[in-house]
Amino acid sequence: MNVKIGKIKLKNPVMAASGTFGYAQEFEKLVNLKGIGAIITKTITLNPKVGNPMPRICETAGGMLNAIGLQNEGVDKFIKEKMPYLSKIGTPIIVSISGNNIDEFFILARRLDKIKSISGLELNISCPNIRGEGWSVKGGGLVAQDSKATYEVVKAVRKVTGKTIITKLSPNVTDIIEIAKASENAGSDAVSLVNTFLGMAIDINTRKPKLGNITGGLSGPCIKPIALRMVYEVSKNINIPVIGAGGIMNADDAVEFMLAGAVAVQVGTANFIDPGVCGKIAKGIEDYLKKHKIDRIQDLGLT
Amino acid sequence: MKDIRAKILSNKKISHAYYKMALDAPYIARTALPGQFVQIKCSDSLEPLLRRPFSIYSVNGNIEILYEIVGRGTEILSNKKRGDKIDVLGPLGNGFTLPRTTNSEPRAIIIAGGVGVAPLVYLAGELAKKHIKTIVLIGAKTKDLILCEKDFKKAAHEVYVSTDDGTYGSQGFVSKLFHNILKTTESRFDTVVYVCGPHGMLRCIAEICQERNFECQVSLEERMACGIGVCLGCVVKTKSGNKLACKDGPVFNSSELLW
Repeated sequence: MNVKIGKIKLKNPVMAASGTFGYAQEFEKLVNLKGIGAIITKTITLNPKVGNPMPRICETAGGMLNAIGLQNEGVDKFIKEKMPYLSKIGTPIIVSISGNNIDEFFILARRLDKIKSISGLELNISCPNIRGEGWSVKGGGLVAQDSKATYEVVKAVRKVTGKTIITKLSPNVTDIIEIAKASENAGSDAVSLVNTFLGMAIDINTRKPKLGNITGGLSGPCIKPIALRMVYEVSKNINIPVIGAGGIMNADDAVEFMLAGAVAVQVGTANFIDPGVCGKIAKGIEDYLKKHKIDRIQDLGLT
Repeated sequence: MKDIRAKILSNKKISHAYYKMALDAPYIARTALPGQFVQIKCSDSLEPLLRRPFSIYSVNGNIEILYEIVGRGTEILSNKKRGDKIDVLGPLGNGFTLPRTTNSEPRAIIIAGGVGVAPLVYLAGELAKKHIKTIVLIGAKTKDLILCEKDFKKAAHEVYVSTDDGTYGSQGFVSKLFHNILKTTESRFDTVVYVCGPHGMLRCIAEICQERNFECQVSLEERMACGIGVCLGCVVKTKSGNKLACKDGPVFNSSELLW
């Protein structure tokens, strides 16, 4: 069940996705945190962010929309208040970071690089809810919608850290392979895909958008087939590990992503519904391998 | 806090679109405080996807919730049968704080609007155990929607009812009733007001309490996904920044809130 992402050795391929697992302590009474392959923190920014106006979430058919807006206390408080607990867990900790410009990514990475108990950084260049906040990407889009901007961000972070870098990609693009390649060329150790799909919902009685931010990121089982297709395409075209994500609710879904070419998976929305789901998925993958007489998880692939 | 696969002990329609469900969840019953809530997975399928939050209405070896059918989740829940099992996560959040009984003589005033009675019945019982003088005001649109009057009468010293249309009790909003009650009751007590109901009503009651210098604890209802403070979907604006209805609340001191 062991997998390797960059320099990180995971005891199983199931990672708790950023923004759906807080800073892990919230789950300590409910879950054996050691049973999870890796924990990815809520995205941290250089300065505190208050996030978007309410309402921030809304359920949709087979999924949910969110527009949280990267609410967090900033890197200083994160290091002071969240890292002591995270350091003690014994599970690889990957810190998700985001910035308003390349400098912020650079400064964040340099600061976090000094902390031994952090195994890696996930670059959140694909949050759909923070559009137009000072980023100079053409057309005011996301970094992950522009291969040049993606390259530059990854390159800047690569300069200041030897830790494993995972670049989280957006599905809201015409050609995700191009962005994945840019990330690989800039020195990313892995890519994770997909972040949420930009969507919206309207209340027909009030005739208002259901989210305060108007649009939000769609996640949950409804996005799985599209995410799976993207993981399949990207993993055929790059040479670094692909971490599959998008609507994984159970072990069968996770196995599907691994068959499509993912080396590991991230479980997100499912954590909201079943706090113990990551451990259950890891166990389910193990059972699947036994049942199908597959000795090494690396041998998992399409027939 | 535990995630329990609980057996449904009963699920009865009590009036109109309101139901009461009893769940075999001894751990939650043992640990739950008034004002706390549970997250229930209404269906074993992916529809609806998210859990639904419910106040704990009573605790008696098992727990009971009182709910209104407002959408698909509660509709599915209402069709569940005795003996069915559902996932119940709880107890969650911060509940009500009982009045301190050290200094002057305390008095509790409970104000419930519509299905907002749910967390307050359990609270009334706990206040009664502490022998705290308790007055209850129940408000609803019309007579059929007045809930739990009997429950409150068992626990409280005085129970008053108002309906918007005047079909039962006094006519008007419960805030008007609150005004009137304050005119006639003694003021020597150290009063704590506990309130749950629609947002406008909460705000109105909070304003009256501020004028009178009463401590006012409000139980807020917000849509939420996780219920344990990780999705940051149920943010409440307070004087000390963003708080979470699920983790820091659902009960807040009204003077802390930015209405």
